[in-house]
Amino acid sequence: MRILSLAGRRLAASIPTLILILIGVFLLLQFAPGDTVDAMMAQMGGGDAATARELRHFYGLDVSIPVQLGNYLWHLVRLDLGFSAIYGKPVATVILERLPPTLLLMISALSFAFFFGLVFGVIAARRVNRWPDTLISTLGLIFYATPSFWFGLMAIVVFSIYLQWLPAGGFEDIGAAQSGIWRIFDIARHLLLPALTLGLIFLAIYLRIMRASMLEVLNLDYVRTARAKGLDETGVIIRHVLRNALLPMVTLIGLQAGTMLGGSVVVESVFSLPGLGRLAYESVVQRDLNTLLGLVFVSALLVIAVNFIVDLVYARLDPRITVES
Amino acid sequence: MAAIKRYFRSPAAVAGLILLAIVIAMAISASFLYPRDPLALAGRPLLWPLANPRFPLGTDNSGRDIAAQIFYGARISLLIGGVATAIAILIGILVGAVAGFYGGWIDNVLMRITEAFQTLPNFLLLLVLVAVFGSTLTTVTIAVGVVSWPAPARLTRAEFLSLRNREFVQAGRILGMRDLQLIFSEILPNALPPVIVYASVVMAVAILLESALAFLHLSDPNVASWGNLIGLGRDVLRVQWYVSAIPGIAILITVLAVSLVGQGLNDALNPRLKRR
Amino acid sequence: MSGTAAILSIEGLSVRLPAGADRSHALKDVSLSVAADEILCIVGESGSGKSMLANAIMRLLPNEVTIDGGRMIFEASDLGAASEAEMRKHRGADIAMIFQEPMTALNPLRTIGDQIAEVFSVHTDLSRAEITGRVLALLADVRIPDPNAAAKAYPHELSGGQRQRAVIAMALALDPKLLIADEPTTALDVTTQAQILKLIRELQQRRRTAVLFITHDFGVVAEIADRVVVMQQGRIVEQGPAAEVLDHPQAPYTRQLIAAVPPLDAPPARKLSQDHILTISNVSKTYRTGGFLGRRARVTRAVNDVSLTLPRGATLGIVGESGSGKSTLARCLVRLIDPDQGSIMLLGKDFVTMPRGKLREETRHIQMVFQDPFASLNPRHKAVELVAQGPIIHGTPRARAIAEAKELFALVGLDPSAADRFPHEFSGGQRQRIGLARALALKPAVLVADEPVSALDVSVQAQVLELLADLRARLGLSIVFITHDLRVAAQICDLVAVMKDGVIVEQGLAGETFANPQHPYTRALLASVPGGAFARHHATEPA
Repeated sequence: MRILSLAGRRLAASIPTLILILIGVFLLLQFAPGDTVDAMMAQMGGGDAATARELRHFYGLDVSIPVQLGNYLWHLVRLDLGFSAIYGKPVATVILERLPPTLLLMISALSFAFFFGLVFGVIAARRVNRWPDTLISTLGLIFYATPSFWFGLMAIVVFSIYLQWLPAGGFEDIGAAQSGIWRIFDIARHLLLPALTLGLIFLAIYLRIMRASMLEVLNLDYVRTARAKGLDETGVIIRHVLRNALLPMVTLIGLQAGTMLGGSVVVESVFSLPGLGRLAYESVVQRDLNTLLGLVFVSALLVIAVNFIVDLVYARLDPRITVES
Repeated sequence: MAAIKRYFRSPAAVAGLILLAIVIAMAISASFLYPRDPLALAGRPLLWPLANPRFPLGTDNSGRDIAAQIFYGARISLLIGGVATAIAILIGILVGAVAGFYGGWIDNVLMRITEAFQTLPNFLLLLVLVAVFGSTLTTVTIAVGVVSWPAPARLTRAEFLSLRNREFVQAGRILGMRDLQLIFSEILPNALPPVIVYASVVMAVAILLESALAFLHLSDPNVASWGNLIGLGRDVLRVQWYVSAIPGIAILITVLAVSLVGQGLNDALNPRLKRR
Repeated sequence: MSGTAAILSIEGLSVRLPAGADRSHALKDVSLSVAADEILCIVGESGSGKSMLANAIMRLLPNEVTIDGGRMIFEASDLGAASEAEMRKHRGADIAMIFQEPMTALNPLRTIGDQIAEVFSVHTDLSRAEITGRVLALLADVRIPDPNAAAKAYPHELSGGQRQRAVIAMALALDPKLLIADEPTTALDVTTQAQILKLIRELQQRRRTAVLFITHDFGVVAEIADRVVVMQQGRIVEQGPAAEVLDHPQAPYTRQLIAAVPPLDAPPARKLSQDHILTISNVSKTYRTGGFLGRRARVTRAVNDVSLTLPRGATLGIVGESGSGKSTLARCLVRLIDPDQGSIMLLGKDFVTMPRGKLREETRHIQMVFQDPFASLNPRHKAVELVAQGPIIHGTPRARAIAEAKELFALVGLDPSAADRFPHEFSGGQRQRIGLARALALKPAVLVADEPVSALDVSVQAQVLELLADLRARLGLSIVFITHDLRVAAQICDLVAVMKDGVIVEQGLAGETFANPQHPYTRALLASVPGGAFARHHATEPA
C-alpha cells in the first residue's frame, strides 16, 4: 500500500512534466521550415496554392498556434495523435505497429546489460585491484567508448558476412511464414545482434556502477558488524552487500530509460528493424511532423512508465522510503 | 600540487592523457600533412589500406583519402565535443546553482524543466532540433550542447544543496554576505570539482552523439567527420568494411582517452582509499 | 576486581601501519589482560590506538595494517596465529563486539529480528522457531519496549538508544566470554548513555562476561570500570584498578587527561550586571512536514515559547539533549532560521522583525561559533582571509582588516605567521580558535557558541574553554553557550537554562541549578552525568 501510494504520487508529479514536454516540442516544431502539408504536397508531386489552403484548413493548420496547441492537447486526451501524411494512416496506428520490435529490443538489451553488468561488477569488486578487476574494468571502459552503430556494423561484418551465423538485419524472415516456437526462435536470431549492440554501452555503465556501489557498501559499518558476527565473505556479500548495492543500479535503470530509447534509433537503423526508433528517423527525414510529435509523446510515456516500475521496485527493496521523504 | 602527482601515479590516467595528446596532435597537424581539401577526389575509389603507399589507410567510395579524413575528423570531433560540452556545462552550472541555492518554487520550476529534458530521450530531442534548425556544424554543436545540460545541472544542484547548509556557508551568512557572494565566492569553488570532472563524461557522450547523427546523414555533410565516413562505409560494408572500421576505431580511441583523463582527474582530486 | 583467571591476555602486541601513515605503529608493545567477570576500560584520545586494539583482537584489521609482534591468548590459543576459519568461529560466539554508531552498525534493509537471528544461524543448528524464541528473549533481556514489534522493525524505525540495545542483544546472543565495546555510548544522549551503561553493567554481572570497554570519557570510566588502561599514541601509559588510577594517577599524561575533564562543580558565582543586553521573548519555531492532500501532517514544535535574558558580560548556557531545540534556538538568534513568533531584542532592536537588508548590517552585533571545526571553515580560503571577511564586508579597507585579523590570531593563541595557511593545515582545536577569531573580528556584542567544544578531544576542550573564559574577561563578552554536556556548562556558564522538547524546563544561576535542581528532567540529566562522585570532585590540577 505504501509502495503504491508512493509510486502513484510520483506518477502524478510526472504529468506536468509530460505536458511541459509536449508544449515545448510542439512550439519548437512550429519553427521548422515547412509543415506537414508541404511534405504532403512534395509527395504528391506538387500542387497549387488553393489545394494547399484547402489541405491546411482540413488539417486545422490555418488557425493560430495557441489554438492549434489546444486542439492537439484536446485530441491527445482522447488518445488521438493525429494523422500521418506520409504513411496515410493515423499516427497512433503507425506507432502501435512499430512498438513491439522496439519493446522487445529494449527489454532484451536491458536484461542482457543488467544481468552481466551485475555479475561482472560483483566479480570486479570482489577481486578489486587484481587482474580480474583490471580486465573487467578495462573492457568496460572500451565498451563505453565504442559507438553503438559502429559496433553493430562490425558485428554484422563478423557474424553475418564472414561467419554467416546470424542475419544481417530485419525483424524476422518474411519469406518463411512461421508460427509458434519457430517464429520466436527466428525473431530471437534476428534480435541477438541488435540487443547486444544496444546493451553494450549500458553493460559498461551498469558494470561500473555495480562495482563502485559494492566497494562503497563493503566499507560501511554494518558489513563490519556482519563480519564481527562470524559470517564468511560469501555470506557477507549475499546477505548484506548485494541487496544494498543493488539500489543505485535500480535507480539507474529509470534514469537510463530515455537514453536507451534514443539508442534504439541508431540500432534499429543499422539492423533495419521496423521499430519506433527507425520511425523517428524516417519522420525527421520525411518531415512528418505529426508522427514526430506523436513519437515524442509515446517516448515520454514509455520513460515515465519505466520510472514508475522502477519506483515500485525500489520502494519494495528499501523500507526507508516513505511518502514523506 | 599533490593532485597532479596523484594523477600521474595512475597508469590508466597517463595512458589516457597520451592518447588525447595524440588526437590533439592529429587535429593540429591535419593541414600540414594534408594541405588539400580532405573531401576532394584524391585517387581511385575503394583502395585497400596499404595497397597504395600514398594512401596508407585506403580510399573511400568516392576516392577520397581516408587518412586525410581521419586527421581532419579529429578537428571536428574535438571541436564539437569541446564546444558542446562548454555549452552544456555552463547552462548546467547556472541552472543547478540557482535551483540548489534558492530552493523553494525556483527549484521546483527549474527541476520540472530539467526533468522534462531528461524524460524525453536526448537523441530524440536531438533529432527534433535537427529537423527544425537544420544540420550545419553550428546548429548541430549547439543542439548537442542543449541536449546535454540536464546531467551537469542535476550534479551542480546536488552539490549546492549539500553545501548550502554547511557551517562555513552559514558563517558567511551571519557575517553579512550577500547571496551573490555566497554563491560565487563560497559555494561554487567547492562545488565545481565534481562538475568539472563530469565534463569529461559529457564530452565523451557529445562526441558519440554527433557521430551517431553524422552516421544517419543528419549532421553537416560538408565537413570531414568520422561519423560521416562510417555512414558512407555502410554502403560498401560487404567487402570494403575498412571504410567504416577505421573511423570507428578513431572515435573509440578519442572517447576512451577522454574517459580515462576524466577518471584520472576524479581519482586525483578525490583521493579515497581504494584498498580493502 | 576478582582473582579469577584472565580470559584474554595480550602480551607485547604491536600493530604496524602502512608506509605514509603519521607513525610507524598503531600499537607498540601493548600488554594487558581481562579477567572473567570484570569490566576493563581502555581510555585514550583520538589516535591513541584503542579502536585499533579492538580490531586487532577480532582480527578485523584493514588489509594494509598488520600484526608484527606479540600474542593475544584467548582460551589457551593465540588469536594472532589463528586461521581465518578459526577466527570466524570465535567471532559472534566467544568474542562479540559492539560499535559506536548504532544507526550505521545495522543493515538498514533487514529487520532487527532478522539480524539477531543471523548470529544463531551462523553458529548453531537451532530451528527457526527456537531462534525466534531466543531472539525475543534477548530483546526482553536488554529491556527494549515491546520486543515483538522491535523484532519486526527496521533500524530506522527505532531510536538511537533502542538500536544500541538491539546491537547489545545481538552481541550477547550466544553468551560470549568476552564482549568488546568500542565507544558504544559516545553517540548517544547523556540520559540514554546512562541507561545503556547501566544495562551493560547489569548484563555483565548476570552473565559473568568479561567486558573490554573502550572510551575517551573518564566519567564513563568512573561509572563502570573495575580496572583501567590508559593509552597514548599506541602505547600503554598506565593501568590499574579504577579507584587507584582515578584518585592517584601516576603518569603525567593520565593526570593531564583527568584534569582536563570538567568537573560538575560550578566555580563560585560571579557578580552579574543588571543591564540585559539580549532579551528573548516568547520565541517559537514550528515545523510542518508531510501533509500531502491534508493527510497526516506532522507538526514539530522545535522551539516553544522560549523566554530568556542575558545580562551584559555574562554567559548563559542552554543545555539539552539532541532534539531539545537548542540548536534551532541558536539559529533563531542569528536569524539563520526565522522564528514564527516572539521577539529577540539586542541593543534596543528587534531582530525577529528586521527586514533582510537591515539585518545584513545589524548582524555584526551577534556572531556565532560553530560545532564542527572541519565544516565551519571554507577549505578554499586562507585562514587570515576567513577572519578578515567580516570586517571587509562591512566596509573596513582590506589592508587594515588583514592586519587586525593577524592581531586576533595572537589574541586567540595562534601564531600570526601561520595566518596564510589553509584550514586543512590546522588541527581541530586550532580551527576552533580561527572560528572564534572570525566571530570576534566584528566586535560583536553577543557571541553565540553552538557546541563549540563537543567535537574536540578532552585535553583540547579544556584549552578552548580556558581561552573563552580569558576572552570573556578581557573583552567583556556576553556569551550564549549551547551544549549537551553539563560538565562543560558548569565550567563556563553563569546562568543556565535546561531545554527539553523545545521548552525551557528550568533556568537560573548555574551553581544553584546544579546544586538544587527543581525540575525532574534537570535532576535526571544531572544524575546521568557518568562518574558520580568522580564527576563532582576530581583533581583539576595536573601537578
